[in-house]
Amino acid sequence: MLRQVIDRAIVEETPEREYYDLNLGPSHPAMHGILENRVKLDGERIVDCESHIGYCHRSFEKLAEHYSYNQVLTITDRMNYVSAMANNIGWTLAAEKLLGIEVPKRVQYVRVIMLELNRIIDHLVRVGILGVDSGAYTGFLYFFEQRERSYKIIEKLTGARLTTTFGRVGGLDRPLYPEFKEDIYEWIGPLRKVLKEFHTMLTRNRIFIERLRDVSPMNAERALEWGYTGPMLRAAGVEYDLRKHEPYSSYEDFDFEIPLGGTGDAYDRYMVCMEEMEQSIRIIEQAVENLPEGPHHADVPEVYLPEKKDVYSNMEAMIYHFKIIMHGICPPAGEVYQAIEAPNGELGFYCVSDGGPNPYRLHFRSPCLYYYQSIEELLRGGLIADAIMTISSINVIAGELER
Amino acid sequence: MSEIGAFLLEKTVVGSVMFGVTLGVVAYATLGERKLSGFFQDRHGPNRAGPWGLFQPIADGVKFFTKEEFIPDRANKALFVIAPTFTFMAAGFLIAVIPFGDRIVVNGREILLQIADVNIGILYILAISSLGVYGVITGGWASNNKYSLMGGLRSSSQMISYEIAMGLAVVALLIDHGTLSLRQIVLNQTGPIWQWSVFTHPLGFIIFYVSAFAEAARIPFDLPEAENELVGGYHTEYSAMKFGLFQFGEYTHMTLASGLIATLYFGGWSIPWLTAPAEPTVWWGLLTFAVFWIKTFFFMFVFIWVRWTLPRFRYDQLMGLGWKKLIPLAVLNILAMAAILIATGGAGME
Repeated sequence: MLRQVIDRAIVEETPEREYYDLNLGPSHPAMHGILENRVKLDGERIVDCESHIGYCHRSFEKLAEHYSYNQVLTITDRMNYVSAMANNIGWTLAAEKLLGIEVPKRVQYVRVIMLELNRIIDHLVRVGILGVDSGAYTGFLYFFEQRERSYKIIEKLTGARLTTTFGRVGGLDRPLYPEFKEDIYEWIGPLRKVLKEFHTMLTRNRIFIERLRDVSPMNAERALEWGYTGPMLRAAGVEYDLRKHEPYSSYEDFDFEIPLGGTGDAYDRYMVCMEEMEQSIRIIEQAVENLPEGPHHADVPEVYLPEKKDVYSNMEAMIYHFKIIMHGICPPAGEVYQAIEAPNGELGFYCVSDGGPNPYRLHFRSPCLYYYQSIEELLRGGLIADAIMTISSINVIAGELER
Repeated sequence: MSEIGAFLLEKTVVGSVMFGVTLGVVAYATLGERKLSGFFQDRHGPNRAGPWGLFQPIADGVKFFTKEEFIPDRANKALFVIAPTFTFMAAGFLIAVIPFGDRIVVNGREILLQIADVNIGILYILAISSLGVYGVITGGWASNNKYSLMGGLRSSSQMISYEIAMGLAVVALLIDHGTLSLRQIVLNQTGPIWQWSVFTHPLGFIIFYVSAFAEAARIPFDLPEAENELVGGYHTEYSAMKFGLFQFGEYTHMTLASGLIATLYFGGWSIPWLTAPAEPTVWWGLLTFAVFWIKTFFFMFVFIWVRWTLPRFRYDQLMGLGWKKLIPLAVLNILAMAAILIATGGAGME
């Protein structure tokens, strides 16, 4: 910290110096996604930084105004592509809140399991990439094997790996497959082992610690001012977790802890993420253990599509089918904000309905955007190597950042 | 056959064999690296070209030669072309003084399994290996790419810093052995295993080893080409065989650094407790040759092992380690070694 302050002072005193301009990105191996940072360098020290976003903008919010409530799900797949299901679940929760639907416990528990599973696969990548960017490639591949195993479960559950479109407004799109519980148990064992292995490889590694310690620190006050949430805020020592503070989807049923950091530097972020994975495993274990029996959707025939065989045999089902397909799901006019604790922060869905079948206005609060706003402050004063570690430690997903 | 003719024939044969074997090892070091990284990372590594991927280096060579030779528009063309050859040549010249094996006697003629047993062997190595940095910095500058330039600059400062530590570590060794000839250093280490310099110079060995990593620009010291920071570093703009030469030079450097460690600190071609026969046959030569390579392979393995385990340093930390830790330690090592030798009136003082 002190070093950076002094360096900044030196730099400010000599404004007539010439600097070296360098484009970090948009195509650079460590700019995950397509982020552009134009940095001014004094040797290897970043004197100033100018950040540009927009290379991955696909105008999802506008697009969503022309989609029905279930179709919006397919857009959310493509937002945070590292943990696609978290977005799906967040959106279904928002739509259900708007419609005033209470889904059965079983659905809520399955959502919790999948949210936590997605938190784990997100953190696996995030922490693994931190290793890659610091030069330790091997741990990343250990994690990727685990991630692959998670994808097997996701694929079995939804039929897709990335574009999961998991769940529907009012429940799940299909019942759980029979051996779901066993699959989860089988998945947890090796995952725990690999986490331990990764800890031995990097957590106490002197080089790794020195690469991350005091890199782009962000104190609690400043982090709150920037609108940080999720692991980034917790790394700064603020105990804020939507799963505890505004429980949704039965999070109040589970026993878990919120790992906290102190200085909010890259190492704290790393440690918070590593610990969050352990906590997520705990939550998954509890949820699978106590998974209640019951239907896989709420009893809301005007929202949830009836089964196909009923449509052909049952008058009422056919009418509802016709209504939902032709007129869509029409929530009452109003507005709603539903946020979930997505893997990289508070993922919010602000939806305005005018009573029609499409959202009148939709806004996604993507956590990345709030982190990335502060990138110039984070990078300034550091070295190029620090910039790389900073960008991989804040886990910016371009697809979510720019939507 | 005249004496001159016999000498020329001997040196030609020995030279081409040593050069060929070393380059073969270097080519297969690339395969070894990929296979081992696969082993460390729970994957297969190359396994398509030939059985167990054994023809992979050949396939790579063919690929390097047939790819498009791209030279950036604003690059300094002459320097851009010369740079990789420079790096490769600097690494290749080192082969000349490495003692690959003991002397053998064929038809009453004594033949050294070493291209040249110069009496300034170590000086030669320090001098030539420093030249490699010129290729890197020239290539970095000539590419007219900002990342390349930074890679080149990093590389020059890194190599200069660690050259000093390495040289100082060797000085302590020289005080002890009293010779600059690599063959003599190996001969001094024959006998029981505790004759190996690593037991008499543990600190010097550590300094030398760390510096060798830095010299070869491998993780954790691969800052000149840190792909996550500088894209490709100094070879960002290089393609085809020009890139291949850089790669080849890097692996040659790694191989010879391993050979040098084995020679200086682990008895080179000598086998503990075994003394050379009075009339060394070709078999004895082959045995020492094999022993040298086994020791070298071990250190190459460590090079690869470390690369796939550790993260890399940050630039200022690297410089800090070099100047604030290794160099003072190396100086201390020299003083301690000198003091011990004066106190005991040990070898090399005459």
